[in-house]
Amino acid sequence: MLSRTADNLYWIARYMERADTVARLLEVGSRISLLPSAQGFRSEWDSLLQATGMAESFAKKYGDPVQRNIESFLFFDRDNPSSVASVITRARENGRIVRTALTSQVWDALNTAFQELKALERLPRSELELSRLTDWVTRHAAMVRGAIDATLLRDDGFNFLNLGYYLERGDSTARLIDVKYYVLLPRIDFVGSGLDNYQWSTLLRAMGAARAFHWAYGGDATAAKIAHFLILNTRSPRSLATCSAGVVNHLDRVAKEYGRETEAQVLAHALHAGIEGTTVEAIFDEGLHEYLSRYIAETAALARTIHASYFSGETR
Amino acid sequence: MYQGTSVRPPYARLEDWVAAMPQELRHLKQAEAEALFRRIGITFAVYGEGGDPDRLIPFDMFPRVFAAREWAKLEKGIKQRARALNAFLVDIYGRGEIIRAGRVPSRLIYQNEAYEKAVAGIVPAKGVYAHIVGVDIVRTGPEEFFVLEDNCRTPSGVSYMLESREIMMRMFPGLFRENRIEPVDGYSEKLRRTLESVAPKQCPGDPTVVILTPGHFNSAYYEHSLLADLMGVELVEGQDLFVEGAHVWMRTTEGPRRVDVIYRRLDDAYIDPLCFRRDSMLGIPGLMDVYRAGGVSICSAPGAGVADDKAVYCHVPEMIRFYLGEEPILQNVPTWQCGKADDLRYVLDQLPDLVVKEVHGSGGYGMLVGPKASREEVERFRAKIVEDPGNYIAQPTLALSSVPTFVEEGVAPRHVDLRPYCLVGETIELVPGGLTRVALTEGSLVVNSSQGGGVKDTWVLAE
Repeated sequence: MLSRTADNLYWIARYMERADTVARLLEVGSRISLLPSAQGFRSEWDSLLQATGMAESFAKKYGDPVQRNIESFLFFDRDNPSSVASVITRARENGRIVRTALTSQVWDALNTAFQELKALERLPRSELELSRLTDWVTRHAAMVRGAIDATLLRDDGFNFLNLGYYLERGDSTARLIDVKYYVLLPRIDFVGSGLDNYQWSTLLRAMGAARAFHWAYGGDATAAKIAHFLILNTRSPRSLATCSAGVVNHLDRVAKEYGRETEAQVLAHALHAGIEGTTVEAIFDEGLHEYLSRYIAETAALARTIHASYFSGETR
Repeated sequence: MYQGTSVRPPYARLEDWVAAMPQELRHLKQAEAEALFRRIGITFAVYGEGGDPDRLIPFDMFPRVFAAREWAKLEKGIKQRARALNAFLVDIYGRGEIIRAGRVPSRLIYQNEAYEKAVAGIVPAKGVYAHIVGVDIVRTGPEEFFVLEDNCRTPSGVSYMLESREIMMRMFPGLFRENRIEPVDGYSEKLRRTLESVAPKQCPGDPTVVILTPGHFNSAYYEHSLLADLMGVELVEGQDLFVEGAHVWMRTTEGPRRVDVIYRRLDDAYIDPLCFRRDSMLGIPGLMDVYRAGGVSICSAPGAGVADDKAVYCHVPEMIRFYLGEEPILQNVPTWQCGKADDLRYVLDQLPDLVVKEVHGSGGYGMLVGPKASREEVERFRAKIVEDPGNYIAQPTLALSSVPTFVEEGVAPRHVDLRPYCLVGETIELVPGGLTRVALTEGSLVVNSSQGGGVKDTWVLAE
């Protein structure tokens, strides 16, 4: 397969997953902001922007983090490369470029999302409830994913798409957990309080995992249980363990198909082994934020290696 | 469609079809067709206009029909033309017999901008320069067809032939049961075989064919990707290819892979910055060296453009006589070359009655349709012609045939032309069908999609 095609497929997946994440972030933010906040708290919306790495570009354009501006920034703003509008447009553009590598159902799902986005952009903002927007995004992300799963040939293109999905999803789970960390940071004595638990469960809800969590663990949602669920539990669809297993699986399938191992396999296996070999206690000892930051950095390094191994067309 | 007051036989069944379709259903079907086009993504960006890159070309549901006998004549004429044009190209990049024989003026060829000195002396595989020849044809009477122009570089529009048919079959399956209509979907396979048949001699085993596109911002990108998909070949951009040693390679996830045949949808000027335009970001540096050494085939071959120059066009009947020893089956439209003093005098005299085109223009830009133009427009054009006569040719306004077309008030005649796509490789093939373009404005003669033209499905009835 053309390196450029593989690269485009990989990014379609990353963009669609990113749209999904941004929608979930908006949901976390708006739910947390409905809580009565104690004096001296940093703005929750600000922490949300911090976690996504978009705080600076937001401040430059809008100034103070006001909810309505954040909604615009994260959803509609084309100047923000990670806004829902930007990533869905780019996913569809990438899809148009590699039409031959997609089934008509997948293209249809991408194109429909884009056409509906244009219709949404024409509506007056007063008619658009945040929940309607976030539901819309998760629905279309699921439709694209479903079309890929149901109709695409299980070839290298399918593996590159899935690589994109798992890498982006692992990265976004880490960032979403980190939002929680930022919210808690200033007042460590809140740990274990009702507020703390409420925030954790908000996080679970935003990931669509609240019920799954209760089925899996039962009892109260504690920080340790939730961290285990979102980081180490291989049954959780968004956990770092699941995502890194997915990355390893699809890289191995590519290696098998091509009959050639690359640097990317080595790195991915190492990352996966690191997660498998750790415990919640060890993570909290290291510091949740430190652990997540390290994971995010390692994922970024892996992404660069995948690029060098497959998308640059240089490898022989 | 009509001959006197009676319906011409090929259209007979369609009359009932229209009569049985109430207006509401027609509007519904029209909307359905548009939704299908948009959904497939077959849209068209107009050069130099900006605006919506996802603009649709209007689609008219009323098909254009040829009887088997009519088509047989066209097919013979088109294939004849394609053979002559290729013989001409091989000749003028070789010994130039037709010029030595004094049948074509040497200045017209060797001073022509489209004549590529860089490929002089090269005979491409199977002696084919123009692998896809789009011959634009108009009809002026029951047995009267004229060739408007030849397109020897990379004629576009074939995706409309294929998709219009798909959509018609999907929306009106009954029509296809009642009429015996020759299929067009063999085009992609014939195209692939044609391209494979001109692989370099030194190519071992099955040749690797690719389509080279300028990229997804190009107005015909949809067509490029459709053809790649239907043929099962890679759609590449310049950045995906590189030259190393005596070959061209593409960058793949498994490392470099050798490329044998490039169906390029890119003008000569852009394919190799080392040989042609230095500022081209779309091409492949060194491609022409590999081509010259016989390491890769390029379709159409660089230099093919000189054969579809509008001034060279006047000599195609002569080419047919010279190379094939046959009389032309399809006639040229009488053409005055403003570069000639006598012709110029006549053209300036009769300007309001003529159609004037730029020699190197295409797409309906920069042309004058005398009878439709205002007095000021005619005068403005007159000044342009006087300034640079060699740049213009003129033709009489033809009584173009018209075909029933759905319009707001019902069905009305509109003028059409036809572009069939002739494939030239080891064999010469013509799919029974083509692109029918229709001038949707009442009385208009300009069918170009960039000038508000639409498209129709083109039927060839089986015997």
